[in-house]
Amino acid sequence: MSELTATTTSIPTGFTSEVFEAFLQTRDEPDWVTDRRRDAFSLFQKLEAEELDPEEWKRVPLRAFRSGKFQLQSEVATPTGLSTLMQDRAEFAGAVIHLDGHCLRQSISDSLQEKGVIFGGLSTVLREHGDVIKPHLATRGVTAETDRFSAWHAAFWTGGTVLYVPRGVTIDEPLYSLISLARDGAADFSHTLVILEDDAEATLLEETSSESETAAGLHVGAVELLLGREARLRYVQLQNWNSKTWHFAHQCGRVESSGSLQWTVGGLGSRLAHIHQDVHLDGRGAEAQVNGVTFATGKQTLSYYTQQTHNAPDTRSDLLYKDVLRDNSRVIWRGMIKVEAAAQQTDGYQRNDSLMLSPTARCDAIPGLEIEADDVRCTHGATAGRVDVDQVFYAMCRGLTEYEAMHMIVQGFFQTVTDRIPVKLVRETLDKAVERKLGIGN
Amino acid sequence: MSVLKITDLHVSVEETPILKGVNLEISQGEIHALMGPNGSGKSTLAYALAGHPKYTITGGSVEIDGTELNELDANERSRLGMFLAFQYPVTIPGVRVADFLRHAVTNVRSPDRKEGEGLMPMREFRKELRDQMEELDMETEFARRYLNEGFSGGEKKRMEILQLAMLRPKFAILDETDSGLDSDAVKVVSEGVNRLCGPGMGVLIITHHERLLEFNKPQFTHVMLAGRIVETGDAQLAHELHANGYTSVRERHPEVAAEETQEEAAAVV
Repeated sequence: MSELTATTTSIPTGFTSEVFEAFLQTRDEPDWVTDRRRDAFSLFQKLEAEELDPEEWKRVPLRAFRSGKFQLQSEVATPTGLSTLMQDRAEFAGAVIHLDGHCLRQSISDSLQEKGVIFGGLSTVLREHGDVIKPHLATRGVTAETDRFSAWHAAFWTGGTVLYVPRGVTIDEPLYSLISLARDGAADFSHTLVILEDDAEATLLEETSSESETAAGLHVGAVELLLGREARLRYVQLQNWNSKTWHFAHQCGRVESSGSLQWTVGGLGSRLAHIHQDVHLDGRGAEAQVNGVTFATGKQTLSYYTQQTHNAPDTRSDLLYKDVLRDNSRVIWRGMIKVEAAAQQTDGYQRNDSLMLSPTARCDAIPGLEIEADDVRCTHGATAGRVDVDQVFYAMCRGLTEYEAMHMIVQGFFQTVTDRIPVKLVRETLDKAVERKLGIGN
Repeated sequence: MSVLKITDLHVSVEETPILKGVNLEISQGEIHALMGPNGSGKSTLAYALAGHPKYTITGGSVEIDGTELNELDANERSRLGMFLAFQYPVTIPGVRVADFLRHAVTNVRSPDRKEGEGLMPMREFRKELRDQMEELDMETEFARRYLNEGFSGGEKKRMEILQLAMLRPKFAILDETDSGLDSDAVKVVSEGVNRLCGPGMGVLIITHHERLLEFNKPQFTHVMLAGRIVETGDAQLAHELHANGYTSVRERHPEVAAEETQEEAAAVV
């Protein structure tokens, strides 16, 4: 690693003005991109001095976080063999692999390319298809203005996976995206951008992973899922960093008329994760299903701030998060359904269920509603429970070991959400991840 | 032939002694009835035999064919052939009956199986499960339901008997399997037990009632009072107790009955 830093114009650690200028030197980007970065950086400096919105952040323990310890990587690292859950599991129609903020490789089947599908790393796609993505990139999904983290990301984004599906094109096989970190102290600012034109359909499975169990990491990311009329997207993001990684993300899905978004979030890794997840139903008849499966152990904190915003009539949103907590971990879920005055006849649902495996774990679930329309149905709820000894004893009386019993109980708890996920690979991956977390598999 | 041998068993729950020296020997093929008033320790004996962590054995021993069970957990005991049909079966949401039972059957039939090793072949398992469910007059749709979730009282008890049928233990303890059931359900459960009883299974039926015993006639009836078995007789004893209650038993064992009264007083305080 010392060799690398000695031979390249490396970017210093931290995120100061000097660092920003050094970072720009390593980028070969059109002016409009650089201009946007500069605007975002000014905003970041301003917002960094201001307090974060307490409504969103007051429960999130950021005291130990030191952004100055992390470093954007100017050089591609040499992969040493990532242990990922999905990568080797199936045939994908295309794959994009990022390591330490750089796109290592990208592939897409010829047949999809012929249909006009674009799938690759953001830096490359910007060069080759800048005109296609310029109207969509950070303009109506995740914009710089939201808060310190969105501005930070907009100034420093390093890459990310882009999927563009033209009108009427259906992709049957899933596409795969891996965001990974290797070097100690490395920062990844990846930006996932999915654009489905009218009546397009696709499935994108995305995973985050660390090469080593001990390297500290930082992810300040963004996800934008932009669906046209009658478009259908299944998007899965499985967050599986090591327990030394900080994960901050703004994620936003926007769905036009009669479009349908199924969005599944898996929260397994990281030291602390805070995800601001927004779904906007912009056109009549749009619908979104949001599934969350989280499993926190050790001293992890997993925090989700979810919003389902109904901007148009006859829209439907359905959010179900299932959290399992063990040891001294903490899960925070703050959910909000917003219904604008124009969004009559909408149906909004949100629910969070927690299963506590240890008395020392803590879960905060705070659902909320803001309704401007007068003819809607909105339902919300939250539950928390623990594995009781009688369940374990009952299973053990039938010959299951304590671990098998716990495994079954935890899997059973997740079942109602995994029942909703149509992609078998994802169900199996989640099962496998749960096994690892429980200490059964390897 | 296997023997379950309980010798001078003392059991406490949270420091409170409940069983105070229980002696009982059950051989495969025998049916024993255990009767006694509420609070006499019948369910405690059932839980202690199955290995519930809250029930601490403070003295004496439980053995199957000379292997002591005292220090074994519930899973190890079940693999040695112990089975408890619960009075209040537990719900495990999201876990399908078939998945649960396939794990259970595999473990109990291959006691040395390690976690993660292969399960009983699916076809074979499904066929056996379907056959047993048919015998118990259960809809096949049951196998896909989540374990005991939303089951009626009768369905839960039937589920216990289905597990008994699939696991074919050496020793089965039925803890008030007949309680809370209407007479049709009692009949189904009783017939189920009756079909499963045989030379391969020793049964301990814990009951307040006589109905289960009409179908499954015990060779031995034991009466428990204040944590001890105070009398043992045949099926006629069960009949008498059912008809006349425990007054005459208490009269025959005034010292134990006095202890019972003291405990009640203590419990009230």
